Amino acid sequence: MANDPSYTKQKLKVIGSRVRRPDGVDKVTGRAKYGADHNAPGQLVGLFLRSPHAHARIKKISTARAEKLSGVKAIITSEDLPDLTKGDTAARDILENCMARGRALYDGHAVAAVAAVDEQTARKALKLIKVTYELLPHVTDVDEALKPDAPVIHDYLYTNGVEPRPTKPSNLYNVAEFGHGDVDAGFAQADVVVEKSYKTEQVHQGYIEPHACVGSVNPDGTGELWVTTQGHFTYRSVCANLLGMDIAKLKVTSSEIGGGFGGKTHVWIEPVVLALSRKANRPVKAVMSREEVFRASGPASSTSIDVKIGAKKDGTITAAFAALRYQSGPFPGAIPGMPWAAIGAMTSFACYNLANVKTLGYDVVVNRPKVAAYRAPSAPMIAFAVESTMDMVAKELGIEPLDLRIKNAAREGTRACYGPVYGPIGIGATLQAVKNHPHMRARLKKNQGRGMACGFWFNFGGQTCADLNIATDGSVTLTVGTIDVGGSRASLSLIAAEELGIPYKQVKAHIGDTGSLGHNDTTEGSRGTFSSGMAIVFAARQAIEVLRERAAIMWEIPIEDIIWKDGHAKARGSKYSRLKPLSLADIAAQSPSTGGPIAGHNESVPDNAGVSFASHICDVEVDPETGGTRIIRYTVIQDAGKAIHPTYVEGQMQGGAAQGIGWALNEEYIYGDDGRLQNPGFLDYRIPVCSDLPFIDTQILEIPNPNHPYGVRGVGETSIVPPLAAIGNAISNAVGVRMDHTPMSPPRILKALEQLHAS
Amino acid sequence: MAAVLVSTTINGDAVEFACPPQESLLAVLRDRLGLTGVKEGCGTGDCGACSVTLDGRLVCSCLVLGAEVDGREIATIEGMAENGKLHPLQENFIEHAALQCGICTPGFLMAAKVLLDRNPQPTETEIRYALAGNLCRCTGYDKIVRAVQATATELRQLEKKKSRRKKSKKS
Repeated sequence: MANDPSYTKQKLKVIGSRVRRPDGVDKVTGRAKYGADHNAPGQLVGLFLRSPHAHARIKKISTARAEKLSGVKAIITSEDLPDLTKGDTAARDILENCMARGRALYDGHAVAAVAAVDEQTARKALKLIKVTYELLPHVTDVDEALKPDAPVIHDYLYTNGVEPRPTKPSNLYNVAEFGHGDVDAGFAQADVVVEKSYKTEQVHQGYIEPHACVGSVNPDGTGELWVTTQGHFTYRSVCANLLGMDIAKLKVTSSEIGGGFGGKTHVWIEPVVLALSRKANRPVKAVMSREEVFRASGPASSTSIDVKIGAKKDGTITAAFAALRYQSGPFPGAIPGMPWAAIGAMTSFACYNLANVKTLGYDVVVNRPKVAAYRAPSAPMIAFAVESTMDMVAKELGIEPLDLRIKNAAREGTRACYGPVYGPIGIGATLQAVKNHPHMRARLKKNQGRGMACGFWFNFGGQTCADLNIATDGSVTLTVGTIDVGGSRASLSLIAAEELGIPYKQVKAHIGDTGSLGHNDTTEGSRGTFSSGMAIVFAARQAIEVLRERAAIMWEIPIEDIIWKDGHAKARGSKYSRLKPLSLADIAAQSPSTGGPIAGHNESVPDNAGVSFASHICDVEVDPETGGTRIIRYTVIQDAGKAIHPTYVEGQMQGGAAQGIGWALNEEYIYGDDGRLQNPGFLDYRIPVCSDLPFIDTQILEIPNPNHPYGVRGVGETSIVPPLAAIGNAISNAVGVRMDHTPMSPPRILKALEQLHAS
Repeated sequence: MAAVLVSTTINGDAVEFACPPQESLLAVLRDRLGLTGVKEGCGTGDCGACSVTLDGRLVCSCLVLGAEVDGREIATIEGMAENGKLHPLQENFIEHAALQCGICTPGFLMAAKVLLDRNPQPTETEIRYALAGNLCRCTGYDKIVRAVQATATELRQLEKKKSRRKKSKKS
């Protein structure tokens, strides 16, 4: 069976080795080309005019003076972007987010764009565009937006998921419920019930490379887009649809990507850049400033969460409940039918084996930028709430928090809080590894504390298409449609080498543009190595079939008598003892005369990406004078299924933990009463720097995913889920305050300490 | 305003360019001279992606004007590998997987080189503070610090070998 994805326990030879990535030299020498590193002949500079208001009616946009400025080649407002979305509300929201249509919905919302011969001219032109606004009442806080007297942002949004359908529009656009059992009965059985409410502030993915692209549309309706993106095929179809182009006539090339973490899964400036190019009939390059990235490209939701957990004296959890209120900016969540709070609700108690569980996800619109996915989107916030509450339950019961988790951990056969029944999973193994880890026994000093927490992520497969081509010298080219954001070219090359039985160095992986492959879903959900890897396995196996056919022709024997082993075609049976095995290179060299090029292809939708679990241990030291918290020691333990390239798996675990640490301690969007973002820059929105962090220890566990030939699970996202709670629990153990609001910044900790000492 | 004519040295080569007086060195390097290995992450001196050296001193090129570099010496990532050979820092960044997306890598390499040129035996803390002006969002800095440590050790051993060779020649 060529395309059977089942785990086979096959002996692996090169998988798991720590090879050098093929794009390494380009990236340490400055040769790698990212979004802003490409230029087109005759290109113009594109700049955006953005609303300074959180919510305003756009009464008039006067572009006449700007148009007269020498060097200005095109100006665009929503009038140049007619609505071609034909009732597709998700597409309409994307269009409206790219360019305000009659109303500015957040501080930073684009209202016009200019293409000019140089940046100076474009800047001057922006200043000459006069926009007349009529201010409207705004709301930026998720709880405020749900109050009865809150300004209603859209008169067309009625709450989904409630019966009967509401008679009035509101900011609550969706309610989703998940769970099983009877939580009321479960809480009645409990000896201890803990209830707590939490808030988490809005954070940004903080990729170092701003959004950037070069767009070029020709008068004949063809076009090209060079762009930093996690999904060039998705960008292609979205842009083509919004602009009324044929999808196949737009070629999108993904540049090297300077970080995305979910933030580059959606279009922001790209459709407008293409529209500018179409109007000016010249290529247009646009690069967001850092301020624009913060103000106008998707951060994660800010949230407000209630959690209630009941347990018996022996630690058995009898019932668990969570209500999640997530804001998604001014539009419903980016994934149709799966808004952000609903995703969070599904992950809530996924680590645990519960008889009675109920979660409610409330999705809310506010006057903030459109929310985008951020690494395990929606999971870290609810994990902060649930895992903090778990520690409180343990304290009430007088049980070690780790033991409470071990007792209630989900296992094979557990019905997940979001519905399905788990196959083999790694939560129990990661908890046991915590128990055995020397970190748990390390000494702590004054004002230091240790915390731990668990995390879950679904992982995703998705539409995938890959090519494997063998050159006449036996070297192998891979062409994949998922992007390489952290070494996946190396992992995919290892997979091809494993299947073909050739050295890693004989393989070179490329990211194909949209002209070279069929549709590939966006690289999200930790799917790059899982899905493209699976496609490469099948493509390689198809190529091996061709290699056997060609060997049969060369030897003039039946193909059934030929096997593929260790990179060679071998004839089976003593009658062929005179036939020396043919290497892949031997067969490739003869390919012009045995039937032409040798290749393998795969188009598929790999499913069952294999759920992922992690447990983190964290030591902090809190300075009671300043409220500042330092991470003293940090350990990540995660199930990878099978680590294709362990070094890059460790990198994912460390990077996610560091992002979670920033979320826990420093990072937040700060809005004024005027609804304007006050800290749109890396100075005031402070992500962790090198001197903030210790080494981040990792331990990779390998509990095979039954739905992948090597047992691979997605590994990219889970590591951002546990840190918020692990740090909150550590702070609680260090200085005795239970933090319920992230970031747990010095002022919030000082305030909590003051309250503790006052009581 | 009229463009300013500037004569400078970049990666050892004499270079002349003209730029408006308000244009940043970063814009000059990237847009006029094609040195796109120098990256822009913020334009406000907060991320270090545009790090270069100016007369040996580490600077954010977004905070320097093109007009300021007349008669001075600039080094960028494009000049770090010499005679077709990667600098040991570049080798170790690849070997230790100190990069994921790679956008911050040129800046980190410049900053790390300045550190090791001045302090061949930095402690972990010294490395962390020397690199604190460079933001990386992918790695959590773990493998970056390890790559710098490994390079420092390698370079010290190389120095020892060299001095031993010198001694044996003398004796």
